[in-house]
Amino acid sequence: MNSSDFSFKNNEIFSETEVNETTALELGLTEDEYRQIVKVLGRTPSYTEIGIYGVMWSEHCSYKNSIKQLKTLPRSGGRLLVEAGAENAGLVDIGNGYAIAFKIESHNHPSAIEPFEGAATGVGGILRDIFSMGARPIAALNSLRFGELNSERTKFLLKGVVHGISHYGNSFGVPTVGGEIYFEKCYQDNPLVNAMAVGIVRTDKTATATASGEGNPVFIIGSSTGRDGIHGASLLASREFDEKTDDMRPTVQVGDPFAEKLLLEASIELIESGVIVGIQDMGAAGISCSTSEMSAKGEVGMDVNLDLVPLREKNMSAYEIMLSESQERMLIIVDKGREQIAIDICKKWDIPIKQIGVINGNGKLNIFRNGNKVAELNADSLVLGGSAPQYDREAVRPEYLNETENFDFSTIDINSINLSEAFIKLLNSPNIASKRWVYEQYDSQVRTNTVSIKGDAAIIRLKELPGKGIAVCTDCNSRYVYLNPYQGAMASVAEAARNVVCAGATPVAITNCLNFGNPYDKEVYWQFKEVIRGMGDACRKFNTPVTGGNVSFHNESQKHAIFPTPVIGMLGVIENLDLRSSADFKNENDKIFVLGWDREEFGGSEFIKIYFNKVTGQAPVLDIDNEINLQATTLELINQKLINSAHDCSEGGLAITLAEKAISSGANLGCKIVLENATAAALFGESQSRIVISAADENIEKIKEICLKNNLPLLQIGEVVKNTFSINNEIEFSVEDLRSNYENAIPNLINKKF
Amino acid sequence: MKFGVVVFPGSNCDHDAFYAIGTNAGANVQYLWHKDSTIPSDIDCIILPGGFSYGDYLRCGSIAKYSPIMREVINFASKGGYLMGICNGFQILTESGLLPGALLRNTSLNFACKDVFLRIENNDTFYTNNFSRSDLIRIPIAHGEGNYFAEPETIKELEDNDQVIFRYCSPEGIISDEYNPNGSINNIAGIVNKNKNILGLMPHPERYSDELLGCNDGIAIFLSLIRRFN
Repeated sequence: MNSSDFSFKNNEIFSETEVNETTALELGLTEDEYRQIVKVLGRTPSYTEIGIYGVMWSEHCSYKNSIKQLKTLPRSGGRLLVEAGAENAGLVDIGNGYAIAFKIESHNHPSAIEPFEGAATGVGGILRDIFSMGARPIAALNSLRFGELNSERTKFLLKGVVHGISHYGNSFGVPTVGGEIYFEKCYQDNPLVNAMAVGIVRTDKTATATASGEGNPVFIIGSSTGRDGIHGASLLASREFDEKTDDMRPTVQVGDPFAEKLLLEASIELIESGVIVGIQDMGAAGISCSTSEMSAKGEVGMDVNLDLVPLREKNMSAYEIMLSESQERMLIIVDKGREQIAIDICKKWDIPIKQIGVINGNGKLNIFRNGNKVAELNADSLVLGGSAPQYDREAVRPEYLNETENFDFSTIDINSINLSEAFIKLLNSPNIASKRWVYEQYDSQVRTNTVSIKGDAAIIRLKELPGKGIAVCTDCNSRYVYLNPYQGAMASVAEAARNVVCAGATPVAITNCLNFGNPYDKEVYWQFKEVIRGMGDACRKFNTPVTGGNVSFHNESQKHAIFPTPVIGMLGVIENLDLRSSADFKNENDKIFVLGWDREEFGGSEFIKIYFNKVTGQAPVLDIDNEINLQATTLELINQKLINSAHDCSEGGLAITLAEKAISSGANLGCKIVLENATAAALFGESQSRIVISAADENIEKIKEICLKNNLPLLQIGEVVKNTFSINNEIEFSVEDLRSNYENAIPNLINKKF
Repeated sequence: MKFGVVVFPGSNCDHDAFYAIGTNAGANVQYLWHKDSTIPSDIDCIILPGGFSYGDYLRCGSIAKYSPIMREVINFASKGGYLMGICNGFQILTESGLLPGALLRNTSLNFACKDVFLRIENNDTFYTNNFSRSDLIRIPIAHGEGNYFAEPETIKELEDNDQVIFRYCSPEGIISDEYNPNGSINNIAGIVNKNKNILGLMPHPERYSDELLGCNDGIAIFLSLIRRFN
């Protein structure tokens, strides 16, 4: 690169076509926003400039309708090494000089119209967020939601999404170790694909997404830039589905996991070499986003000559290059004078590296193409935290809550339902049944750190810190959130924490993916505000700050919004892997106890959904102080080696929890349970804050003592027996039968023609 | 004795093999870079690890045979050096003509990552001398193209010469279709060449070489080799 690359005779700003308010509206901006842009610039923007504003001020990039709320969450403190949103992913100190980088992000809209590539690039995007921090990805999880599994379309989406995740993650070499899948009518047209990744990095080897140092060269590394993904962030991700959506398939990016693997190795080596000043991946809004965000954060500017960007197609315009969302690219700022080191590392890994610009000191993004200056913008004017708009939208409590909250369960005929039949129906429900068909398509073991994927949370050992491990999971029961956004959000955080506790881990931090309908709908916005309030309250109490994440609005079609779905990705730390725990029954004759409170609640339960096709009632109550007591006591029992298994109650209630403990036992261990009142509510109600444990006789006194000391209810309900599963002699099956129902339910539906 | 683990750009089980051999089995091990055109003289056994060598968008392993290191690997093996291909490594061995047959797509057409049981069909090799014949081991598979295929005469030759080393089986050791995870002919999971110095297998012994990961049945394969040399 030489100085002539940036000497242009004509300093006027070139516009391919004339820009006016209509152009802005077509790009998804509002009239007000267009006026604001003209005011900030003091002139009419060029076509390239309005394109950059269009993506940078889109919901997806600017968080304009969510950021004011997000700022109320606990976003720093504890073990957090960077504040939420400050870098590409959250960073949590795990001691001994190491940190865990983790984040969850949505790829809902692309997956809805092109499930394979949509899901694949969702995985690719979140992995880049992790390794651009200098962290090597060690685990991936996915939280997926589809319409009910009774149509060819749902099958098509499910298969496509699972193949996409499997294709990308397996080839890249990250173990996919957990997540969740739900089937619910509200996701019929708008499936949710939330991808989470977890990485490990030495705290003195982390990288930052900040540009600095006037005169430092700016490079693009990785794949060349094509026409894929243009308008992905602004027009696809930031509005609802309508009849035109299918035409937007070209806005979905195409993934290349092999290119990503090379980019990973090169990026980590570049960061370790010390020549990198700043690095950011190119996902949504591509070059526009990476150049403006890095510049704004470093309070510098960049001169960028788009003629130098390696292109897949000739004759791409400045607009197209700036908005392309081609995958597997990074923008890096290199310490001037040490460029050759960076070039050599990229050569080693056979990935293209090309200087496209330099850092300037005046805070401006100067973009050039074909000898013209096509944009001259203050980087700060584009980004969140700078001039990007921030809105507080009107919120109104939704009408439907009057009906659901006052629903009287005595008006439906629950008593005539045969409990044994209901139990088998629940076991066969796709929301409860084994997800083996899905997870066996994911490589869950590559990198040989996977200690367990069987329990409530996946357990990963850390080779860097022998004896230490992490537990990770994703959780959200969106029915509870729909019925009570505040309580439901708290329940999501609580369940995620409970799940890592059941693995023997201490919950330390969360990442969140907030999936909602249209924020301009007052009822949707009320749900959003209530969810943030609940999540904030829960995270403060649990001392699990929010490390970052993603907001996905506009998840609706034909005016039907999805249930509010705030997915929580939880990180737990296991200081001593010898003290890990798992869900399955271990030994015959062990006694079985329920820890916690049973309120016999039906609201939002799978049981009511299956029998009455209703999602109604009050969401299960969540008392955070009780929940904290339950989790602390369970950890105490695990750490004193007093219990042999722990598994929480969730969908399907106590009966399903017990069934899962039996089915997952290696030795066909079942149980004999005697309940005082084996009612449908006691068996299938989904009261929160309950964990079922099993323990040897010699530890029972000690367990009782600890529960008494902590004031935690403890109820002995039965014992572990060989081969049979029975509850009050009303429900009686062989463990083999249970397993066969549980394992075959989803494959049978997938093989069925609808 | 010293192992070398080849690193192709898309290898992703290279670290795992390195760790299983170096840390779990306690042997000397070093990486061999795919662009290298020499192999250090002190290497006794080369591992072609699992992964997606060059992306494998064409047939798995078909590009790898053209890499500089593979010329040397072929040389090394033709002189009797020990060469073991795991998963993608097995695919590279068949693509390179070092082992007969081919690995087709799984009959399910899906990638499959799960535990399988293997029956030791021949313990008279340097890879299996720590086992008894008919021993059963639990090892995971993780592949989309592991369906072993060869012409009938090749299969007959493999069987007649005792070149089939591992077969997929039930937990009790029964060989049947029900326990064939990918459609491989005769439930073949791993074979050696006639000289028995080259082993290819789809399952991943390096993944179960550590008690912490739930099973260490795989380590015996590495220990067999180490015993041969020490």
